[in-house]
Amino acid sequence: MAEIQIRQLHKSFSDFVAVKSSSMVLQDGKFVVLLGPSGCGKTTTLRMIAGLEYPTSGQIMLDGADVTYLRPRERDIAMVFQLFALYPHMGVRDNLEFPLRNEGLPRAEVQRRVREVAEILRIEHLLDSRVGGLAGGDRQRVALGRAIVRQPKAFLMDEPLGTLDAEFREIMCLELRKLHDRLKTTTVFVTHDQNEAMALADHIVVMNNGEILQADDPQGIYDFPSCVFVAKFIGRPPMNLLDLREPLVSGIEVVDLGGTPIEVPQALAGCDRALFGVRPEHVRLGGPDDGLPAQVARVEYFGSHWIAELDTPAGAVKALVDKSVRPQEGERLGISFDARRIVMFDAVSEQLLPSATTSKHQASMFHG
Amino acid sequence: MASITLQGMTKRFAQRTAVADLNLDVKDGEFFVLLGPSGAGKTTTLRLVAGLETPDAGRALMDGADMTAMAPAERDCAFVFQQYSLYPHLTVYDNIAFPLRSRMRRVDEAEIKRRVHQVAETLHIEGRLKRKATALSGGEMQRVAIGRALVRQPKVFLMDEPLSSLDARLREELRVELKRLQRSTGATVLYVTHDQVEATTLADRIAILEEGRVQQVGTPIEIYAQPVALNVAQRLGSPALNVLPVEWFEGSIDPRTAHVGIRPEDVGLNAGNGPSHFDVLECSLVKHLVVAERSGVEVRVRKVMDHSLTPGEGVRLNFPLEHCLFFDASGRRLDS
Repeated sequence: MAEIQIRQLHKSFSDFVAVKSSSMVLQDGKFVVLLGPSGCGKTTTLRMIAGLEYPTSGQIMLDGADVTYLRPRERDIAMVFQLFALYPHMGVRDNLEFPLRNEGLPRAEVQRRVREVAEILRIEHLLDSRVGGLAGGDRQRVALGRAIVRQPKAFLMDEPLGTLDAEFREIMCLELRKLHDRLKTTTVFVTHDQNEAMALADHIVVMNNGEILQADDPQGIYDFPSCVFVAKFIGRPPMNLLDLREPLVSGIEVVDLGGTPIEVPQALAGCDRALFGVRPEHVRLGGPDDGLPAQVARVEYFGSHWIAELDTPAGAVKALVDKSVRPQEGERLGISFDARRIVMFDAVSEQLLPSATTSKHQASMFHG
Repeated sequence: MASITLQGMTKRFAQRTAVADLNLDVKDGEFFVLLGPSGAGKTTTLRLVAGLETPDAGRALMDGADMTAMAPAERDCAFVFQQYSLYPHLTVYDNIAFPLRSRMRRVDEAEIKRRVHQVAETLHIEGRLKRKATALSGGEMQRVAIGRALVRQPKVFLMDEPLSSLDARLREELRVELKRLQRSTGATVLYVTHDQVEATTLADRIAILEEGRVQQVGTPIEIYAQPVALNVAQRLGSPALNVLPVEWFEGSIDPRTAHVGIRPEDVGLNAGNGPSHFDVLECSLVKHLVVAERSGVEVRVRKVMDHSLTPGEGVRLNFPLEHCLFFDASGRRLDS
């Protein structure tokens, strides 16, 4: 068990700044996902926590002790590179014992730990099987077992699911989360895949260009993205962002969206140019006289639902539509919004603007 | 543009029958998708249409005329492969112009220029024409490959997983463009994929292929809502169809039922514990997905939720009979 504190961590490679003086607290027992596009600094941050890279400045604390410049072996942290590689010529038991024998643990202790891990993963009955003969799911569970058998204070994982095909990736996401719920070992997991992040994380840290843009639980990130980048990065299709014609005035609860008055959460700050943000699932279709006038430009069928792209006086809007409703291309209708779900951004700074709903929200993780 | 008909097409490789007595009717101007897992015979079917394989039995017709014995070059089909095979030493312009300069066609340079520019404009690669093919990104290269097929103005386009080597964002972008292009040109497209999103969003009609045989042909909505068999129902839909134990429905359903299926978006979900409660395993706001479990059975629910559910939390699920799909022991769907 461990709390990891990162203080003013900074890393530059000659004139390239990989991580810009970032601070955050990764709470004990949490599954924390570092999420961002390639080159955002997430892997460099992870490697500094592991000790594979030393920071240019700043501190890393593990349970209150400074580990910034300790060697990887001196920190009780396991870096999991390739979660799913097994030795094909060894049996299941040997695969699990291997990392422990490597550390020179006494035989009795090795056997005890392997039994324990096998029990946690429900693979006791497979211990004497050969790896080659295992079904896909069992094989992945054994591989997971080999990663956890060392019982470190924290797991660090760098895109461990990246090489799996889509189906296995989903299965392993679920397995990883179940395992975490049982072990409660602090885990830092790096990915660029928002689906993995949303499925696995207690807390998500969104990074871009070496900076932490937001750190919160998945719901907080989804409902109240801190800036336009996060709003667009999370969610498929991404959040609709529409220009407001008139300046946003602090205290108002109705805005002019393409000539139609729309109810929004009370604004707690003014802004000359604001963006109106709403997710596709919070757009409602109604009759032509009902709300913002819209015309269906394109529909795509996904089986369980439709995605409709609508032309409106405020710009193009994507809406997620129930499978029982089929919007026709060219059809004229009106759209309204779930008012509680609307967020506003400053169009210039691209930062989230405070409102009656955002002010009630408290981020569940510290960052600076 | 043209229609394509396959009659009793069969193709064997050594002991394996890749395509078995296949009958298909692709209409003029239709976007027709062959969907199936790898090894289902999709690519072989496409290659039979192109003339790259010779059938062991059956006929291929274009606009009603038998073309079974014709060489590939005589068929006027343009093939787009998964791996964009561009000429690396040529510019984008010359790559696109290449098919027009073949001795069989002899198009004059002024006409070539007009057509290359028109195609480049359609595919948004006007600014790349002078570049070497190797200086392009993956998405641009695949656009050029599609451009090379378009420029010939063939009667039929044959596409074999043209988007699957691209990353998710590019795939989405090019998918939308491909559909727009097909609409505006009225092209006949026979398109192979294992990706169900491509199938439902692109296709006018889909043929589900499994082990060299056509399982069902229909519009995406027909196949999704009225699958003829369990394997078809499982082929389409993300998250996949839930298959529930028959015991959960005993007494209220046809006794011939061996499997009960229900789509994740048709499962009812209410908060709280109760006599038939499930434990939440996973909840994703992005995917609008809840995975819940009871006595070892995992059920996927698709629902737009206000608040995230925590793993371990209890929920009550219900399975409205009018939305359930019933299958007999052989996997055939029973009439509701």
